[in-house]
Formats: sequence, structure tokens, C-alpha cells
Amino acid sequence: MLSDKLTSCGIADHSDIPASWPSEERLKKGPVVVVECFQEIPCNPCETSCPRQAIVVGENINDLPKVDHAKCNGCTICVSRCPGLAIFVIDVNYSETESLVTMPYEFLPLPEKGDTVSALDRAGKECCRAKVVKVVNTKAQGKTPLVTLTIPRGMEKSIRFFKLIP
Amino acid sequence: MRIGKHPILDFKKGTKIEFFFEGQPVEGFLGEPIAAALHAAGIKVLRHSVKLDRPRGFFCAVGKCSSCLMEVDGVPNVFSCITPIRPGMQVRRQKGRGRIAVN
Amino acid sequence: MTNTNFLIIGGGPAGLMAALSSSEFGLDPLIIDENQTIGGQLIKQTHMFFGSKAERAGTRGFEIGMELEQEIGKRNIKIERQASAVGYYPDGTLAVLQNEKVTPLKPKAVLVATGASENFVSFPGSDLPGVYGAGAVQTLMNVYGIKPGRSVLMVGSGNIGLIVSYQLMQAGVQVKAIIEGLPKIGGYLVHASKIARAGVPILTRHTILKALGGDQVSGAVISKIDDKWQTIEGTQQTLEVDTICLAVGLSPLTEILWQAGCQMNYIPELGGQVAWHDDLMMTTMPGIFTAGDVTGIEEASTAMLEGELAGLGAVKFLKGDSKALQSRINDTACRLAALRAGPFGQKAREGKCKLAECRR
Ligand SMILES: Cc1cc2nc3c(=O)[nH]c(=O)nc-3n(C[C@H](O)[C@H](O)[C@H](O)COP(=O)(O)OP(=O)(O)OC[C@H]3O[C@@H](n4cnc5c(N)ncnc54)[C@H](O)[C@@H]3O)c2cc1C
Ligand code: SF4
Ligand code: SF4
Ligand code: FES
Repeated sequence: MLSDKLTSCGIADHSDIPASWPSEERLKKGPVVVVECFQEIPCNPCETSCPRQAIVVGENINDLPKVDHAKCNGCTICVSRCPGLAIFVIDVNYSETESLVTMPYEFLPLPEKGDTVSALDRAGKECCRAKVVKVVNTKAQGKTPLVTLTIPRGMEKSIRFFKLIP
Repeated sequence: MRIGKHPILDFKKGTKIEFFFEGQPVEGFLGEPIAAALHAAGIKVLRHSVKLDRPRGFFCAVGKCSSCLMEVDGVPNVFSCITPIRPGMQVRRQKGRGRIAVN
Repeated sequence: MTNTNFLIIGGGPAGLMAALSSSEFGLDPLIIDENQTIGGQLIKQTHMFFGSKAERAGTRGFEIGMELEQEIGKRNIKIERQASAVGYYPDGTLAVLQNEKVTPLKPKAVLVATGASENFVSFPGSDLPGVYGAGAVQTLMNVYGIKPGRSVLMVGSGNIGLIVSYQLMQAGVQVKAIIEGLPKIGGYLVHASKIARAGVPILTRHTILKALGGDQVSGAVISKIDDKWQTIEGTQQTLEVDTICLAVGLSPLTEILWQAGCQMNYIPELGGQVAWHDDLMMTTMPGIFTAGDVTGIEEASTAMLEGELAGLGAVKFLKGDSKALQSRINDTACRLAALRAGPFGQKAREGKCKLAECRR
């Protein structure tokens, strides 16, 4: 069952998330994909773009994507291929106190490496400051650039967007 | 109100030209419809309605709703949302059903 | 304009795919489109499409349009731009208007793939400049690079309302809110989430009461509604916006089909009046085919497959059946059924079933 908050406001709730979450053990091994696609829609570029078959939609294109976190190496290829911009890569091993979250960002201006931005949760609420550690915008991203932020440990569950600080 | 840089699109603009709105010069780009060029110049009111003299702008932008009828070079009832601008073109707001120009 | 055996009216995804599939089996179709650019709705879509690889999912809409046009360029398919079909006569003549000149065409088979037009809702002030259809806003913004305004209220949370809101944000326009009368978001939740996380509120069970402004829109009054669509006192709020964008549905553009005398049926699940058609998209009039949004408001992916089927149907009609043709037809029909198999395809599935039963 999808939460009311998701179906009426577009904001995934605590009850929606667990389905997409990798195990503690897998998280400790390095960057890994988080797929926040909770509704059956006819779509499968996540499956066709992953070189390691870590995401499977299967025969029925309306089925939900199933993720095998063990197969994923966090390469981020699928992140810019998902039309729903529903895929993120997180890494809880960045430092003692910080994690990394990589997200698609289709707006201008793009931030630059080293910039400090305001990190937002799924409802667009400002949660903390974050540092941009990587911006990838080559032909392979097809105009869906990837931005990687450092955020305080524990926040990787909630930070899904950011805005520039004027 | 033109979009400067766009994250996905590159806009290929035609040559810059000048036409006239209510006698005043307005700039636009070749290939643009009248209503679009006026909108870029901040002009949204394209005509006044037949019965109640209410202001009207465009609505569908594809020539299907008649909301955008203007007087162009003296000819009334021109669909300004799909008619491209030309250099020197004289465009006026249409009042009601439009008048026929008498020189 | 030269005469043709197979005339395709409308160069959107449905019409273009029909041209490709029919030319694969030896027809030389002619496509006419009243627009100056081929691609129909695709030319305004800057987002990546859903669907599967065969329907080019993950590619941006306008790029799909360009790819199809290139493939068409390699075949013996003619395209006439800024050419409108304006009338269908009982003897099978189609009047086509181009450059203020009318040309009569007498094809042996016709595909009507004219797409759909936007619905309107009225409320006090809805005639003010600044109240625009979502498609119009898209054209202005994504075809001509012009912002519709500085701040927008979006009415409707179907995929069009959600996508156009996101595109407005990309163009640097502020979206103040998206309102929706129903208790749930109509479009894909992944689209809704992209917008919500940028801080734009999606307000379900809300309606617009009026547009404010003298000469043009300067604001909008919205309110919460109950499950009988009655406004709830004390929940009114005024939003300062200069643009109100209506994304309240589409209706099939069926004029030519009516004129041709095709059997029409009112099927709400498909968006209104649509022509009855068989499995190969042929209407009750032999040789007149229909495909895409004009036979039911769906998606580009389904429009492409319906178009493909209609093209194959025209081949069968004009040149007879063959084994190769039949296997191609089966393949396309299976892909179409697969796309419609999920919860979002339910409305279309039910609508098409109802329509099939309407044959008089
Ligand atoms: C904002 C928005 C977002 C969308 N997002 C998606 C998506 O993510 N995935 C997806 O699969 N679909 C999407 N769609 C839907 C998709 O664009 C349409 O379903 C599809 O374009 C329908 O194709 P069509 O060929 O039937 O009609 P259209 O694309 O509308 O083409 C019809 C063509 O016919 C021409 N025409 C009409 N009347 C005449 C006439 N009398 N004479 C000559 N020419 C005529 C028109 O100029 C037009 O070019 C979206 C639509 C919109 C508006
Ligand atoms: S991050 Fe790479 S390996 Fe992991 S699911 Fe995505 S594409 Fe596959
Ligand atoms: S590509 Fe994205 S939106 Fe499509 S099914 Fe996969 S995760 Fe969902
Ligand atoms: S805006 Fe609808 S006809 Fe011009």
C-alpha cells in the first residue's frame, strides 16, 4: 500500500521507503543504488541501462523494478537514464561523520565542485548545508547531470534534492 | 521574457526583425508567430471581446480556439498564434469583430 | 502535392509510425500535417519518455520526433507541412488546404491521426489573458523559448500538469502550486515527487474559484473542497500569480471522421467521441483508419503502436494478406497489449473493450 502522503502530495513516507533500502551490510561495502519507484507504470530503462542486471522489471513492463543490491556497484549509470528521476546512489563510507548522495539535477545553473548548497528532503524542506563533491555532465548523462553531495551521516535516508545558496 | 540558457534545449533563433504593434516598434525573430513575439515583449492582451469588451490573450497557441484574433496589415481575424511575423508588419489589437481598414 | 494510395493525416507519433510500417511493406504514403514541424506533441516534450526500449523509452520526446523524421527521410515517404485536411466528401475526396490553396486528393486508404485538443474549464476570470492551456504554455516555452510569465498556478495533476510544471521550473518560472480536485494525484507519482522535492506544493482536493486581475491575470483564489466538490468555508487562499495554466484533459480531434461517416461512440474512458475501429484500426468505413490520441487519449508509446498497426492494416487492405504481414501484425498487437497491461492502462483497456462492443 502506498502512503497517502505519496499518493496525495507526491512525497514518499517512512512507510514507502523500506522496500527500496539496501541492508546495513551492503551499505558498508560501498556506494549502492536506491530506487524510489513505488507505483506500477509501464517503464523499464532502469533495467535496460544497468550493465550488471542489478535492476529487473521483467516480462511485464508494468511491474515494479526489483533491485538486487548485491549485484550493484554504485556506478550511477541508471541514475540519469530513469525518466522518473527516481534513482539515487548513496555511500555511507565517505568519512566518520559524512555520507554521499548522488542525484540527478536538470536545472541551471549547475553547481560546481566545492560549492556549498542547501540540501532538501522529499518535501523540499531545507535540512542542512551540503558540499558538492562531484558534478558529472558528459554526453553519457544525456542532459541529466549528476551531482554528488556530502551530508551528515544518517541524512542519506532523507536528502533528495538541493538548492543553490544565492 | 525570453528564456536565457535552458538545461535541455538549444533555441535556434531566426534573424532579428522589427514589426509594429499599435504603431510602436517591437522586436522579434523570424519564424516566430505574432502572439509569441508580443508575449516575449510583455504584451498579453491581443484583442477585446465582441460583446463585453473584455481583454483576451491567446489560449491554445495552435489555431483552434480563436482567442487570439488580431488585425494584421489592415486585415481582421488573423490567428496571431500561428501567423509568423514579417519585417514591417502592422499588428493591432482587434476590437469586437474587427474593422476593415479604409485608406 | 501529388496523389497517393495511402494518405496519412497528422504527423504525430501515430502518423509517423504508420508511414514507416506501411512503407516497410511497399506502400508509398503521403503525410500531411498542418504544423510547420513534424512530430505532433513530441516536439514540445523535453522529458525522457517512459515505456520500453522498443518504444524508445529513456529518450526525450523531441528527440524521438527527430529520430522518426530521419528514418522517414530514408524511405519513399512524402511529407507536406502546413497542409490541413479541411473536408472529406462522400465520393472519398479529401480537401487539403496549403498556402491558401485547396487540393483535392483521392487516396484509396486514409489514416486519421489528428491527435487531440485541450479541454477548458470556466470560472470567473477564466477568459483573462494569462489563463493558458498547458499545451500552449509548452509551445511558447519549449518551441519558441519564451516564458509564459513569472509565476504560475497549475490546474490539474495528470501527467501533463505535472510535466509542464516541471518544464516551467526548468525554464526559470516559479510554480506556486499544482491543484487537483480529486483526492489523489492523477499522473505518475515519480513525476509528482520530482516537483514536490523542489518545494512546490501539490494540493489535492482543491479547486480554483476565480482569477483576479483587470487587464490580465494578477492572482488566483483557490479553496479546499469536500468529496462533493463543495468549497470548504475558511480554506480560501489567494496566490499571487500572473499565469494560470489549465491541464484539465484532452479531447479527440474527430472532425474528419464524422465527415467521413464513420460510426462514432461516446466513450468517457477514451476522452469523448471516438470512431469504432477493428483490430487493425479500420473504422466502419472501409479504407478509413484511425490511430493515436484521436481514438482515445493515451500515450505516445501506445499512439506509436496503434499507428504501426494502422499502417499494417492499410497494407492488408490495399495489397492483401501475407504470412510476413500477419506475423508483424501479431508482434505489434502483443507489444500494445503489454503496454496497456498495468494499472495506468486500465482506463484505456476498459474503454477499448466498451468501444469494441459498440459495433452496430
Ligand atoms: C505534456 C505532455 C506530456 C506527455 N508525456 C508523455 C510521456 O511521457 N510518454 C508518452 O508515451 N506520452 C506522453 N504524452 C502523450 C503523447 O504526446 C500523445 O499521446 C501523442 O503525441 C499522441 O500522438 P498522436 O500521433 O495521436 O497525436 P499528436 O501528437 O497530437 O499529433 C497529431 C498531429 O496531427 C496534426 N493535425 C491535426 N489535425 C489536422 C488536420 N486537419 N490536417 C492536418 N494535420 C492535422 C497536428 O498538427 C499534429 O501534428 C504527453 C503529452 C503531453 C501533452
Ligand atoms: S548504479 Fe550501476 S550497477 Fe547499480 S543499479 Fe545502477 S546501473 Fe546498475
Ligand atoms: S526507469 Fe525509473 S521510473 Fe522507470 S521503472 Fe525504472 S525506476 Fe521506475
Ligand atoms: S490561441 Fe487559440 S487560436 Fe490562437
